[in-house]
Amino acid sequence: MCLAIPGQIVELLPERDNLALVDVGGVRRKIDVGLLADDPVRAGDWVLIHVGFAMSKIGEKEAAEQMRILAILGEDEAAMREVEGYG
Amino acid sequence: MRFVDEFREPELISRTAQEIRRLADPNRHYRLMEVCGGHTHAIYRFGLKDLLPSNIELIHGPGCPVCVLPMGRIDDGLSMTAQPEVIFTAFGDMMRVPGTRGSPLEYKARGADVRIVYSPSDALKLALNNPDRHVMFFAIGFETTAPSTALTLMRARKLGIRNFSVFCNHVTIIPAIRAILDSPDMRLDAFIGPGHVSTVIGCRPYEWIARNEGKPIVVSGFEPLDLLESVLMLLRQMREGRAEVENQYKRVVPWEGNSAALKAMAEVFELRPYFEWRGMGFISQSALRLRDSYAEFDAEQRFQVPGIRVTDPKAAQCGEVLKGVLKPAQCKLFGNECTPERPVGALMVSSEGSCAAYYNYEHRKASLVTTVAPAF
Repeated sequence: MCLAIPGQIVELLPERDNLALVDVGGVRRKIDVGLLADDPVRAGDWVLIHVGFAMSKIGEKEAAEQMRILAILGEDEAAMREVEGYG
Repeated sequence: MRFVDEFREPELISRTAQEIRRLADPNRHYRLMEVCGGHTHAIYRFGLKDLLPSNIELIHGPGCPVCVLPMGRIDDGLSMTAQPEVIFTAFGDMMRVPGTRGSPLEYKARGADVRIVYSPSDALKLALNNPDRHVMFFAIGFETTAPSTALTLMRARKLGIRNFSVFCNHVTIIPAIRAILDSPDMRLDAFIGPGHVSTVIGCRPYEWIARNEGKPIVVSGFEPLDLLESVLMLLRQMREGRAEVENQYKRVVPWEGNSAALKAMAEVFELRPYFEWRGMGFISQSALRLRDSYAEFDAEQRFQVPGIRVTDPKAAQCGEVLKGVLKPAQCKLFGNECTPERPVGALMVSSEGSCAAYYNYEHRKASLVTTVAPAF
């Protein structure tokens, strides 16, 4: 339920406010970055994603760490399924 | 120990574990509650119990949103599927949670239009793509998840969408901690504070726990080393007679939280006067509902919701386990009638529920391996 999935912002998308293309382990999906409006994201930033929304900015090292944790907890597949499921 | 090898910085892990042993007073029994279900899962997966001295007991808290939802709310949400125009949407975690007449998946098998979404914004998108249907999103989660629902509703209003609603079951963590501290059968020494909830609310909302209740609390990350460090920080506080809020997870959690997320929540939600928690009863001001300005999106106002109250199956002792009074295996149904494959109680449904975590890591292990000798 409380999966926090690390991803890297590829680009901000012009089609609507607060929409960004994110890369999670090679899978690219659209996420909402509106929750980071007070500290806006830019291409290249790493973020933690929860239910399709970027919830915090993190460093690249923390992103790698978080991916490892998901794998150890056996939640990496669920995380990728979630990311692939983002419409 | 074997499992340590797969983790980062194994030497640091064993050094921290040794330091914990050195600082723990052998004449004292420590009861530390990890509030967050993600921590519960991690603690079982990492076998942290085996790294801690036996007088440090980890009590699993109420921080699993699927687990604390009373069955009546599931029935209420599912009652809306009786309307043929309704598409019922929820996160995958909700799909196997039993209601009185079956889980959302079982309703789907009987013909209801039940769909998994991975994000509230996907439920909104479904509404946009199905203008002749009504999309209801069954919202659950603590402050980690509530801001996403809030932003989705703000967008729905901006777009003037008429065929979308939210059945709001968002809960807030602080009143649950307060209820646990007020409970006469609970004696706790300190708290491991939730990680991802705190990215939203920050660390300040925990200050009363330290100041008024005199209990140390450390907001923690999810790695084995994070959790051990947090235990060590709690022990240091207790040894030095301090009770403070400390942030072990600084690399992710800002002290002040996420201001944009808090603003979105304040715009869309208000506190309910009270809300029922599974196993804990009614807790005042512990859950969110939509403000009047968002009434048109409130599924509870839009549909006739029966307001069902269901008592848990008598033999199931989810409440006692949820409050940490009983260990999962002490429940009469554990491992017999109630398993992750066929859950009776909600604590067995989610991987963050303490029963499922205990079953998957301790119970299965115990039935496969006869002896595991700790190296410390």
